[in-house]
Amino acid sequence: MTTSLRIAFLPLTDAAVLVAARERGFAEAEGIALDLVRTTSWATLRDRLVYGQVQAAHMLAPLAVAVTLGLSQQPAALAAPYKLNVNGNMLVMACDFAAALEPDVAARLADPLGTAHDFAAAIGLWRRKPVIGVVHRFSSHAIMLRYWLASAGVDPDRDVVLRVLPPSLTVEAMRAGEIDGFIAGEPWGSAAVEAGLAESVAIGERIWRRGVEKVLAFREAWAEENPDTVDRLLRALVRAAAWCDDPANHADLAELLAAPAYVDQPADLIARALSGQMVARAGEAPIASPDFMLFAREATPFPWRSQALWIYSQLVRWGMVEHDPATAAKAGAVFRPDIFRRALADSDVPMPGASMKLEGAVGMPLAVGSRRGELTLGPDRFFDGRVFDPERIDEFLAGFTLLR
Amino acid sequence: MRIVIIDDSGLRATVLEEGLREAGYDDIHIVPPRGAFVARLERMAPDVVLMDLGSPSRDTLEEMLIVSRALAKPIAMFVDQSDDAMIGAAIDAGVSAYVVDGLRKERVKPVLELAVRRFNAFAKMQSELDEARTALSDRKIIDRAKSILMNQRSLSEQDAYALLRSAAMNQGKKIVEVAQALITASELLGGGV
Repeated sequence: MTTSLRIAFLPLTDAAVLVAARERGFAEAEGIALDLVRTTSWATLRDRLVYGQVQAAHMLAPLAVAVTLGLSQQPAALAAPYKLNVNGNMLVMACDFAAALEPDVAARLADPLGTAHDFAAAIGLWRRKPVIGVVHRFSSHAIMLRYWLASAGVDPDRDVVLRVLPPSLTVEAMRAGEIDGFIAGEPWGSAAVEAGLAESVAIGERIWRRGVEKVLAFREAWAEENPDTVDRLLRALVRAAAWCDDPANHADLAELLAAPAYVDQPADLIARALSGQMVARAGEAPIASPDFMLFAREATPFPWRSQALWIYSQLVRWGMVEHDPATAAKAGAVFRPDIFRRALADSDVPMPGASMKLEGAVGMPLAVGSRRGELTLGPDRFFDGRVFDPERIDEFLAGFTLLR
Repeated sequence: MRIVIIDDSGLRATVLEEGLREAGYDDIHIVPPRGAFVARLERMAPDVVLMDLGSPSRDTLEEMLIVSRALAKPIAMFVDQSDDAMIGAAIDAGVSAYVVDGLRKERVKPVLELAVRRFNAFAKMQSELDEARTALSDRKIIDRAKSILMNQRSLSEQDAYALLRSAAMNQGKKIVEVAQALITASELLGGGV
């Protein structure tokens, strides 16, 4: 019997696992007919999920937390049992602005701390308060940008203007001079670089080596009423993710994503993030960033609760939600390792023994306790060396001087 | 009640505005979601904002609703969250509606219902237009295939069409598909028209 499922997505390279699941037969093999619904704003993706037009969505992890906490229009309890990717964002700024930064782009990207301080100095030289596009208030991009700017003493709510616009409008807005730069998921940063409008200033992978990004979100009630369908979908997705991570498939995957029904951008731009060959300035040789976007390895899909709590800590930091233990518990519970474990109990996917971990504590690849298979976690440091202990959120927050 | 319609398609906005005016609403403004539309909207202080659900600018609008200091009262999506049928119909029709806090739902409901009807009517009109366009281009393809057959096989127009139709029936395809295949083959073989 075939089950039909509708999943909403935004035109981004990190919708790859869903696209591969549909186009390369992984969903079909689990008896699922996937209907992928292209959406051009996060608000509409959220509404389609919350009001039941789709059963699941390719969602910004912080948005899933925010909707559950009632911070983004109609409150709804969401469940995220699967991470679609880790990393994949790039901050680009107008070439004139970037001229005030380290001219060697490889060195610039390799040293996010130094670049943050250069950026802070460049703000005063710019013709106006820099306007930086972010895709959503509750996006990993906005949270990462705030974290990075604040490390150099830049108050993101006072010293720059953060303007919300969807990824597909970023390049046009650069061209029109409405924004001076933006941080978005690929391929939009690469598209602005290729058009000669901007240069890469920072890449997500260097700010947080293993940054939480998109999740697969369900309405919690629907996921609980349809455990068998959820499990089959997750099994299809882990296979699709392994296929997406395999360099042998990157050219094919880039072609798939380039289609008008998906990202609708040139395949060679999309391929950059997949293969970790990022062009930071138009016409220059790519810079190798092998961890630019991860789909499967190092148990990428596993929804560590500590990562939902890290997101929560940042929402608290910027005054977007009041800190109290009940709210923290609700935020942490959006990530559902229990569902992931249930769905993949009989698979060969390495399964972490724990559901929470210290975030930012791994400097070198580290073999960790796993219920099955060998599991090595990659380095997950934050560029400023902080470590997030999900049991000690208050202490972590007290360590920041810039907060609301 | 001040109603602002944010819409890129001039035609749909006009269709909606017309309906609202007929129903007796007279304080209606259309704002295209470009440039500094958010600042314009803030100055207008609307009671109801209607927007195409498919517009990529919804995130920009919602951010303004959160941070604006100019708006006296908060505006949220849909006024009556308990009315599932209404919300379902609105989302199916592609309408998103933001309503100022404190506006009674009886006053908003007719506006929403009207927007849903007009959006649906517009979508129907557009799909009919698309169908008409497709039909026109199908006809051109079939005409070209017919003239290839007429030239190369010295058939009458009627016989050429009958040949296309029987080939389509035999292959279980549409006539236009067979016609397109014939044109492609003819071009590859350098037959021309």
